[in-house]
Amino acid sequence: MLSAFFRRALAGLAVIVGVVTLMFFLIRLAPGDPALLLVGPTATLEQLDAQRQALGLDRPLPEQYAAWLGRFLRGDWGSSIATGRPVRGMISAAWPATVSLVGLSLVLSYIIGIVVGAIQATRGGRLDTTLSVVTVTLFALPGYWLGLMLVMVFTYWARALPAFGAAGFDADFLTGWDKVADRLRHLALPLATLTLIGIGGTARFVRGAMLDVRNAPHVAIARAKGLSPVQVTMRHVLRNALIPVLTLLGLSLPALFSGAVFIEAIFAWPGVGRIMVEAVGARDYPVVMAATAVSATLVVLGNLLAEALTAWADPRLRVRPSGEAA
Amino acid sequence: MPGGGSLLRDPRARFGLAVLALAILAAVMAPLLAVDPSLQRDIVATRFLPPLSTDLHDGFHLLGTDRFGRDVWSRLVYGARVSLGVGLLAVLLSVVIGMAVGAAAGFWQGRIGLVLLGLTDFALALPRVVLLLLLASLWQPSAALVIIVLGLTGWMTIARLVHGEVRALAARPFVESAVALGVGGPRVLIRHILPNALTPVIVAAALGVGNAIMLEAGLSFLGLGVQPPTPSWGNLIASGRDTLVNAPWVATAPGVALVLVVVAATLLGDAVRDRLDPAGRGEK
Repeated sequence: MLSAFFRRALAGLAVIVGVVTLMFFLIRLAPGDPALLLVGPTATLEQLDAQRQALGLDRPLPEQYAAWLGRFLRGDWGSSIATGRPVRGMISAAWPATVSLVGLSLVLSYIIGIVVGAIQATRGGRLDTTLSVVTVTLFALPGYWLGLMLVMVFTYWARALPAFGAAGFDADFLTGWDKVADRLRHLALPLATLTLIGIGGTARFVRGAMLDVRNAPHVAIARAKGLSPVQVTMRHVLRNALIPVLTLLGLSLPALFSGAVFIEAIFAWPGVGRIMVEAVGARDYPVVMAATAVSATLVVLGNLLAEALTAWADPRLRVRPSGEAA
Repeated sequence: MPGGGSLLRDPRARFGLAVLALAILAAVMAPLLAVDPSLQRDIVATRFLPPLSTDLHDGFHLLGTDRFGRDVWSRLVYGARVSLGVGLLAVLLSVVIGMAVGAAAGFWQGRIGLVLLGLTDFALALPRVVLLLLLASLWQPSAALVIIVLGLTGWMTIARLVHGEVRALAARPFVESAVALGVGGPRVLIRHILPNALTPVIVAAALGVGNAIMLEAGLSFLGLGVQPPTPSWGNLIASGRDTLVNAPWVATAPGVALVLVVVAATLLGDAVRDRLDPAGRGEK
């Protein structure tokens, strides 16, 4: 099992190297001088020359590529054109905010989505139809728009929740529970936006998976031997239906990170996504590149985690090379 | 559920088709339904009128006006042209790439197939919006760029579907007999296999259109897609962002239109899938 996991990890590494490679060629294909793109229009001639040297624009392309890849994988990401701060420091300060937002919303939207989907699949009838309309609408809501609407209602009309940032201006003076409450109030709207959208997709998928499993022979046997409907649903339908749901968990991570980019931009959440959007707006390429690579890495790690979870939940999927003891 | 007309017996399909047809009709007939946004007159007198109001020049504003006195309904209808057009063209590009990659990978299963499948898996593992942002920042933003970028990042699901279908079909007797009759490889693929692999592609495309429209709006919302003053639903939402307090209708109207169209495309996709795969979900 370990060796299978190792193979997956290697494939993940290949994806990250691929992303960095893609960026190298994209910045080559883009109009303009790559060195000038990377230092920005306000750079001095010396800075420009230094960047030319670092990129090795006078050397042959494969050599330039190797140098770029080496620098990037070592974490030598240069400094921001807009602020002059080292990119690595900016990113390492930002990624915990993104991971906590995405992670919390993932957990919440899966718990709620699984419950809603399970209710739809078992109860059927009008309740199912109503919930289907609700979930397909949630699924179709663009995050940035839902975010704006929530801000309109909860910040401007009800004046109940803050719409910007991860903490209030007075956060440093707060202690104990007040500090926690401040954090939670700031988390409420971005988390609600991301979670509501996630619920739609998850519930739709769980409903489908459960309806598929419900017709399987082993469920008919469970019913025939006189188990109560609740036991049949919990032990025999839901458990099996959750296996594809765990796979979906891995697949939905890129989408979730994508969604988080918009949500962070709307709510000024201090994560990688907001840094990315601001950097794109300012044509701050070193930052954009680093944020892209970090997002891809987070997605790859999330996928690995989801695969490990799936293998844990479904013994049939544990890839065991021949010769290894069971 | 046999028979050709049965798709229309599904309420989801009826709703989806009706909404999409109305949206497309409105986009096509925009000049008849709305004032050309570039021809609007008096700015000061018509600013921030709420929905259903009439201005000093007896102009009726169904959805109100924005901060430049522009009629929100007109911008919405003209924006539909851009948003629907970009979404449809992007999906068309995705379908073409996805079918080519999937068909080649399924038909030539050796080394070519492995490389193409690896490429597909790689592309699937990329966070799409992050890649879109990167691409949109390197080139001048425009509607054409959005179509190309969305098309280039959306073909993977279709490639996987087509790959599966083509692999299954390539082993079927009618394909073997075509090969035995001396028909060449590419011709077998195009004439005999691909037409039979089209149905799941249609479903994926219907679902993809909704997604593409949503992403176009997202890019335009961030200022990286269709550039103002050309209206698209995304930059209409963005333009209403600053006036949420005193003119909430400016951001609300395009958002509702967007959600309706995406819901319609999704429900239509669901209905078509259930009809093609009667053993599947959705049946009670």
